[in-house]
Amino acid sequence: MIDFFINPPKLYSKHIFSYIYHSNSPSSTHTKPIQSSLSSNTTMASSVTPTPLLKDELDIVIPTIRNLDFLEMWRPFFQPYHLIIVQDGDPSKVIKVPEGFDYELYNRNDINRILGPKASCISFKDSACRCFGYMVSKKKYIFTIDDDCFVAKDPSGNDINALEQHIKNLLSPSTPFFFNTLYDPYREGADFVRGYPFSLREGVQTAVSHGLWLNIPDYDAPTQLVKPRERNTRFVDAVLTIPKGTLFPMCGMNLAFDRELIGPAMYFGLMGDGQPIGRYDDMWAGWCMKVICDHLGFGVKTGLPYIWHSKASNPFVNLRKEYKGIYWQEELIPFFQGATLPKECTTVQSCYKELSKQVKAKLGKVDDYFNKLADAMLTWIEAWDELNPSTQLPNGK
Amino acid sequence: MSLVTIDRNEVDIVIGAFRSDLTSFLEEWRPIFSRFHLIIVQDPDLKEELKIPEGFDFDVYSKSDIDKLVSSSNASMFSGYACRYFGYLVSKRKYIISIDDDCSPAKDNNGAIVDIVTQHITNLKTPATPLFFNTLYDPYRKGSDFVRGYPFSLRSGVPCVLSCGLWLNLADYDAPTQALKPELRNSRYVDAVLTVPKNSLMPMSGINIAFERETMGPAILPALKLAKEGKVRWETMEDIWCGLVVKVVCDHLQLGVKTGIPYVWRNERGSAIDSLKKEWQGVKLMEELIPFFQSLKLSQEAVTVEACMAEMAVAVKKGMGRSHPELANAADSMIGWVKIWKEVKSRDLV
Repeated sequence: MIDFFINPPKLYSKHIFSYIYHSNSPSSTHTKPIQSSLSSNTTMASSVTPTPLLKDELDIVIPTIRNLDFLEMWRPFFQPYHLIIVQDGDPSKVIKVPEGFDYELYNRNDINRILGPKASCISFKDSACRCFGYMVSKKKYIFTIDDDCFVAKDPSGNDINALEQHIKNLLSPSTPFFFNTLYDPYREGADFVRGYPFSLREGVQTAVSHGLWLNIPDYDAPTQLVKPRERNTRFVDAVLTIPKGTLFPMCGMNLAFDRELIGPAMYFGLMGDGQPIGRYDDMWAGWCMKVICDHLGFGVKTGLPYIWHSKASNPFVNLRKEYKGIYWQEELIPFFQGATLPKECTTVQSCYKELSKQVKAKLGKVDDYFNKLADAMLTWIEAWDELNPSTQLPNGK
Repeated sequence: MSLVTIDRNEVDIVIGAFRSDLTSFLEEWRPIFSRFHLIIVQDPDLKEELKIPEGFDFDVYSKSDIDKLVSSSNASMFSGYACRYFGYLVSKRKYIISIDDDCSPAKDNNGAIVDIVTQHITNLKTPATPLFFNTLYDPYRKGSDFVRGYPFSLRSGVPCVLSCGLWLNLADYDAPTQALKPELRNSRYVDAVLTVPKNSLMPMSGINIAFERETMGPAILPALKLAKEGKVRWETMEDIWCGLVVKVVCDHLQLGVKTGIPYVWRNERGSAIDSLKKEWQGVKLMEELIPFFQSLKLSQEAVTVEACMAEMAVAVKKGMGRSHPELANAADSMIGWVKIWKEVKSRDLV
């Protein structure tokens, strides 16, 4: 196949591709000169391109009810970025933000003021309120992290720059149509394996990067009760694309996404005060998001980066919150697995509105909660569109 | 999760031999293999007698054994890389582990030698979870579990029938990739095994696999022969085809496929550039095979592996088999294999 060398398929080399990808990307921000990476803890091959900081294109959204002391540890990695702090609980409490951070803070009064009656879709007394931060952000990317998550160390003992890894994940394509047994083929030191069709090697845009947790793993209440001492000590050095048609439990503790691509689908539902359920906010968002990503041809990655999760919440409190979810989940999963969106839905908003119709039609009979949730989903989209008028155009392509 | 015990009577290790002197290969694997029974199948084109060191419990099968057991028309099925399938056919044990003869034991991140037998059998003896993705990978591994949000009704999993291992050093890249990046070596040991989700196809590499022979035997077969098939992995697609078939069957019958650990260390052999010069048939074929297999639907009535194979063979022949003679042959091979499998098994029972 000598003509392969003379005319290599332009889809072939991922290095050629990443050049093409960046220069053909619909978003002009990709063609900015690449800024040097904040830190590069990798000991990889010499031809590593530095990861862009994206400091003017990414907001860090943090829900909190206590304090933001954890930011001190993250300072070397987070300080260049703008923070959006969503203060849950008592709005009269003053949340102290460590010096030197550029931030905007919203408490419940702010949310009510900005959204008016539509504020009903934003949860109270639950970290689900964080999605308000997604709505008011003006940036292309969001990284969200819980206030009990700290910097983890990799097996060599180096601090893990979680944000840098999320950016790498989001800026490189996903491969949802065929499984690559060597995981993310775009990582340094990896590639597509024998048998991987060449026509699929260009990949698709990555919408979501789902990170993991060392120390306290994200278990549900029953598992926590049975295994209170279990800690996640296994560092799995992989990022992989979750295949099309496959659902997963999305955890909001360490999550990044392309807000312009998938933002309206990242509604974290009705949880907490006055609601029959808690700790299913991120799950709900993840299932809706995945159905929409599969429909629109976007990718979702999971794996690195790890953060260090320090706080195990009270399993009995969790059990009370999750209880209904554990039962409802059995209906929700077949619902999402069987959900199909019509061809006419070409924007995230139209997909989401269609999904809310289906939620009402099929899940309303499971519990009246889902009727309320379906309405809240529509309220969310209305509020999103009001605050983000330019994103009503079709995304992506 | 309690440790899985490996009963040596349940395991056969099948090696296809392309070179006659297996001494250094087997010496390297001695600490891991010596406890188990080996089935060594000699490539029919290899004329010299095999040299096998002392201390192993093994059986060797050569061209004459193949000719004796199967008809001459079927004997051609077992040439080249496909010779190892003869070993699967004659085995009487529950699990098969098969690796290429250019692989050595690998070391994990702690410097310990990877015992591929224990890991493969553990993968096969613990359930797979294809119906919902667990973000902490295999929940049955020690120190792991199902995460929050994983439906409880799906936590018992399904039987795992295929375990696909990986490779350090020379990974299973295709010839163009290796030729363009001659320095590319896989040095990343990813300490995970995970289930390949339902309806997701993947390229199965025959370099390092294990499977449950009693269930899957009829589906693990050498069907696809390329016109210029060679003796290096860059010049064959038989395992890739086999993997697509197996995955469709597994998805239909609610069985599981795992991928990840164990790793082997794969040594240099052959020239990617030389392989590139041959006809690039396999690579071109994949472009059509993937959509074909992705859209393949088996009927409700197909409730056994054999029935699934029969339906697939018909679909292949009617579909792509029309324009691609090698696929029509593959379909015939699938039917032929199921027949041979049945025959050999019934002879064993007599």
